[in-house]
Amino acid sequence: MNLWLVLAINSVTLGGLLFLLSAGFSLIFGLMRIPNLTHGSFFMLGAYFAVSLMRWGVDFWTAAIVSGLGVAAFGGLVERLILRRLPGAELAQVLVTLGLSFMVADVCLMVWTGDPVQVDTPRALRGSTSVLGLAFPTYRLFISLIAVVFAALLWALLERTRLGAMIRAGVDDPSMARVAGIRVSRLFTIVFGLGAWLAGFAGVIGGPILSVYPGLDQEMLPLALVVVILGGSGSLLGSLVGSFIVGFLYNFGQALFPEIAYVVLFLPMLIVLVLRPQGLFGRQTA
Amino acid sequence: MRRLGLAAAFVVLAAVPFFVSSTYYVNVASQILLYAIFALGVNVLVGYAGLVTLGHAGLFGIAAYTAARMLNDGHGHLSVVTGAVTLTLVAAVVFAVLALRGTGLGFVMITVALGQIVWGVAYRWLSITNGDNGITIKGRPSPFGLSLASPAAFYWATLVVFAAALVTMAVFVASPFGASLRGTRDQPRRMNALGYHVWMIRFLAILFSAFWSGVAGILYLYYNQFVSPHAVALTASAEALLMVISGGTGTLLGPVVGAALVVIVKNVASAYIERWNFVLGAIFVAIVVCMPEGLVPGTVRLTRWVAASLRPRPAARVVSPGEEGGR
Repeated sequence: MNLWLVLAINSVTLGGLLFLLSAGFSLIFGLMRIPNLTHGSFFMLGAYFAVSLMRWGVDFWTAAIVSGLGVAAFGGLVERLILRRLPGAELAQVLVTLGLSFMVADVCLMVWTGDPVQVDTPRALRGSTSVLGLAFPTYRLFISLIAVVFAALLWALLERTRLGAMIRAGVDDPSMARVAGIRVSRLFTIVFGLGAWLAGFAGVIGGPILSVYPGLDQEMLPLALVVVILGGSGSLLGSLVGSFIVGFLYNFGQALFPEIAYVVLFLPMLIVLVLRPQGLFGRQTA
Repeated sequence: MRRLGLAAAFVVLAAVPFFVSSTYYVNVASQILLYAIFALGVNVLVGYAGLVTLGHAGLFGIAAYTAARMLNDGHGHLSVVTGAVTLTLVAAVVFAVLALRGTGLGFVMITVALGQIVWGVAYRWLSITNGDNGITIKGRPSPFGLSLASPAAFYWATLVVFAAALVTMAVFVASPFGASLRGTRDQPRRMNALGYHVWMIRFLAILFSAFWSGVAGILYLYYNQFVSPHAVALTASAEALLMVISGGTGTLLGPVVGAALVVIVKNVASAYIERWNFVLGAIFVAIVVCMPEGLVPGTVRLTRWVAASLRPRPAARVVSPGEEGGR
C-alpha cells in the first residue's frame, strides 16, 4: 500500500483517539473552567487498567468499558474530594491536577514497571478489510468508526436530552443555571466522570496501536491541549475538527520532517492563536 | 535594620564553604542559589504579574542549550553568555507575543504548549541538540582569571549572580514599573482606563523574567557541564512553579525559600526513595489544599492557629478542683 495512504489512515485513527480524549477535556474546561492536566493520566491509567484486566482473562471490550469506569470513578473522586474545594481558583486547580498527574505517573511506573506493554488487537478485528480494492487494517478503520459514533452520541446527548440542555445551560451561565434549579455541582461531577471515562476508554482502544508505556500521559496531554486551543474550548465540533487536524499534522509531520515534527504540530495552533484566539469554533465570550 | 540583616545573611551565605566541609553540601548550596535565581525570574510573572507560566523551563533550556552549542563551537565564554541571553530574550519575545493572546487559563495552556515545543525540539532535533543524550561541555569559565572549577569557587560565583538578581528584584519591586505591574495583576481594566499600556507592561515583565531564567539556565549548564531534554521537560517548569508557590508568590524572599526547600527535599528524597516525582506531586497537592498562600505565610498562620488553640482559655470550661486532682 502506498505511503500516503498509510499515513492518511494512521492520521484518521489518531484523530479518532484524540477526539475521545479531547472531547472530555474540552467539556470539562468549557463547563467547569478547570484545566484538567490529569487528562493525559486518565488516558494512560485506562490503558494500564485494561492491561491488568486482560491478564486476568477479561476480554478486550469488557476491559475497555470497565477500565473506563475505573478511571471515571477515580476522576469523580478527584473532583469531589479536591477540585470541589477550589472553585474558581485556577492556579490551584492547575497545580493540583499537575501534582496528581505526577503522582499517577509514578504509581503507574511502580505498579506496571517501565517496560512498554503491547496490547493485543481483539481477534475479530485483526487483518485487513478491502475497500475499493485497497486493503485497510480493520482495527484502525474500526477506531475511526467508534470516534464517529461517539461524536454522534455526544452530540445527541448535548443537543437532544434534558441532561445535555442542563450542561449547555451550565456552560453558558452557571449562576443563572443554578437559580433556575439546576444542580450545577452534580453536573460537574457527571461531566468530569464522563470526560474521565472517555479518556480512559480512548487509552484502552488506543493500546493496540500506541502500546502502553511510561510517559504516554505527557505525550497525549499536549496533543489534547492543542486540539482544544485549535478547536475552541467547550465546542464538540471544534474538538472533532481539531482532533483530525492534529492527527494529520502529527503523522505527516513525523514522516516528512521527523526532527521538527513537534514544531509542525504546534505551528497551526500558534497561527490560530494569533488570528482567532478563541479557537476555530469557540465563542467570543471570555 | 533590614539592610543590615540582609548584609549579615549575605556574609553567612558567603562563609558557607568554610564551615561546610563536604563538597556535596557546597554543591547543594550552589544548586539552591541557581534555582533561586530561576524562581525569582518566574516569580516576576507568577507573583507580580499574576500570569501563571508552565513553560519557563523552555526559556531556561534555550539559554542552556545555546550556551552549550556555542561553547562546543569554540566561542569564548563572554560571547557565549551574551549570545545565550540574547537568544533567550528573542525566544521570550515570541513567547510573550503568543502567550499574551490569552489571559488566565489561556496563558497557562499556551505556555504549556510552547514549553512542550522547546522540549520536542530538544528531544527530537538530533543534529542540533543531540536528542536524549544531551550535550556535554568541557570546563567552567574563569572570569577575571579566577577558575570556577572547584565547588567552592563556583558557589561564590553563583552567590554573586544571586545577589545581583536579588538586588534587581528589590529595585524592580519598589520601582514605578513594579507598582504598575502589580496594578495590571489586580485591576487590568482600571489600569487600562488610567492610561497604562497593560499589554506592554506584561510584555516587559516577561522579558525581565526571561532574562533571569536565561541567566539561571547558563549557570545550570556551567554547574552540570551537561544539558539534556530533562532540563526543559514539563516537570522542570512545574518544579520552578512549585518553588515560587511553596515559598509564597509575590514576595521577595519566598521563591528563595521555595528553591531551598525543593532542592533539599529533592536531594534528601532521592537519597532514600526513587520516587521524587511522587513526592513532588504530593507536595503540590498538599500545599494547594492546606496552605494555598505558600509555605512561609502558611506556616505563620498554622503556628498562630496552633498557639491560639493551645493557649488556656479560662472561660471555656469550669473545672472543679476535685476532678482536676483525680487525673
